[in-house]
Amino acid sequence: MRGKSLRLGAGSAWWGDRIEPAAALARQGRLDYLCFETMSEATMSAAQVRMRVDASYPGYDTYLDDRMYAVLEACAQNRTKIISNQGWANPAAAGARIIEIAREMGIGRLRVATVAGTVLQEFLASLNGVVFETNLPFQELPFQIVSVDPYLGAEWIVEALKQGADVVVTSRVADPSLFVAPIAFEFGWGLDQWERLGKATVVGHLLECAAQCMGGYYADPGYKEVPDLARIGFPLAEVDAEGDAVITKLPQAGGMVTAATLTEQLLYEIHDPAAYLTPDVVADFSGVQFQQLAKDRVRVSGGRGRPRTDTLKACVGCHEGYLAEDWFFFAGPGALEKAEYARTLLEERFRIVELRAEEVRIDFLGVNAVHGPISPRPASPPYEVGVRVAAKGRELREVNKVVREVDAMAVCGLAATGKRVPPRERVREVIGLHSILIPRSQVNVELKIMET
Amino acid sequence: MATVKLRELAHTRTGDKGDTCNLAVIAYRLEDYPLLAEQLTAEAVAEFYRGTVTGPVERYEIAALGALNFVLHGALGGGVSRTLRLDNYGKALSSAILNFDIQMRKEGSP
Repeated sequence: MRGKSLRLGAGSAWWGDRIEPAAALARQGRLDYLCFETMSEATMSAAQVRMRVDASYPGYDTYLDDRMYAVLEACAQNRTKIISNQGWANPAAAGARIIEIAREMGIGRLRVATVAGTVLQEFLASLNGVVFETNLPFQELPFQIVSVDPYLGAEWIVEALKQGADVVVTSRVADPSLFVAPIAFEFGWGLDQWERLGKATVVGHLLECAAQCMGGYYADPGYKEVPDLARIGFPLAEVDAEGDAVITKLPQAGGMVTAATLTEQLLYEIHDPAAYLTPDVVADFSGVQFQQLAKDRVRVSGGRGRPRTDTLKACVGCHEGYLAEDWFFFAGPGALEKAEYARTLLEERFRIVELRAEEVRIDFLGVNAVHGPISPRPASPPYEVGVRVAAKGRELREVNKVVREVDAMAVCGLAATGKRVPPRERVREVIGLHSILIPRSQVNVELKIMET
Repeated sequence: MATVKLRELAHTRTGDKGDTCNLAVIAYRLEDYPLLAEQLTAEAVAEFYRGTVTGPVERYEIAALGALNFVLHGALGGGVSRTLRLDNYGKALSSAILNFDIQMRKEGSP
């Protein structure tokens, strides 16, 4: 810490996020910590599936090199520690790669900790919980299980920091925990100080989606204007010893920090604001207040917390079948009528080939593909319409029938049909995700320390 | 009585969790919040999204922030990992409600 408040920056919101805003924070943010969230829901199961079929894939973030080359040197120079969930399915390999990169850059004495959480194998056979989404027992899931990954909390990151880590790379953790851990560690909080952990969780939740709290996923021309959106930066928080904070940004970065941008992010992916469950605490956002202190400086206060639960959430990935998606398109006079006729043709073709699919959708891009049945009827004829066909089922042979019928529309369909000839892969495996609750004792965590 | 589109009075954002979408509706001006709280009930939002959202809708309020948070169950076609919907995360879903008609009170009426 370089002052009374702790300076934390957001390094990324998800796997595909930009790299440069994190580099800017590393160079100019005078940060104590830079925290990267690099996953989406499907990341862990996709990584595990890929490891099984591709011996050259090590199992960690495919952008690990890009992100670390961009920030490691500046972080080492500025004594900024890095917390990152780029470990995915193989944190040890990610840690080893970061050590290699650090050595290559001539960074001496860098300590890298890896935290890998798994569910004990012997437990899976006797797991008694229910699946959130269906309320049915886990043991009755009718699918082949591909992966089970638990959401860890802050405590193992805190332990790694206690052991002197400069960089902590983890498997899946609850996103706010990436920020709660350094806050709790630096201020010496016990992990049973629920009120403080609740406040730190507010900070983590605001920062975990990076630009989304400061003008990203926000602009609505004529209603919500965002300055210099093309150069939007990532946020940083100045956190005090009780867990309240000021959210701000680099002066030269695009975007803006206001109560309105923060309120949209506060509620993002939240259900009951008074009871947001994380591995660390049951956080209460219902009393949060935002106070604009100056341009792009907003004070956050009023977060509360209650004791954490006895369980951890885990994500179960199951092989559920296959999904196909393709499209063709019309433009000019009668585009919508042609799309409707094409849909009728496809439905008849699916009957002729005796398609056995779990679900088929035929949407019209430009008319109803985004909002579905609530889309209004077009007020005037759309100039162009895309016919998007998607289907899923257990059997690959059946799902492939859909792709074959869509291909046939290029030559055996209507006039002026535009159709892209794929190389693009149109059929993919469905790894369906379910959530279960497991006792904390059934999660195994491996912590390793490495040095350059 | 005049009607005004919700877009003039509030901004919105959606997020996903499993097969559920949460929809935050935030008044641009705090003084408009009571009107939104009165008319944007869980039932009204459920009715507006019916067909695209297939399950029940709950509402939470944070009056101090001028915010209503709706939880839309069965909104994502089974969840990101298995849905056939184009907008699999439902991140484009928040703009639909901006077309909701809010009945404005006449000057002087309660």
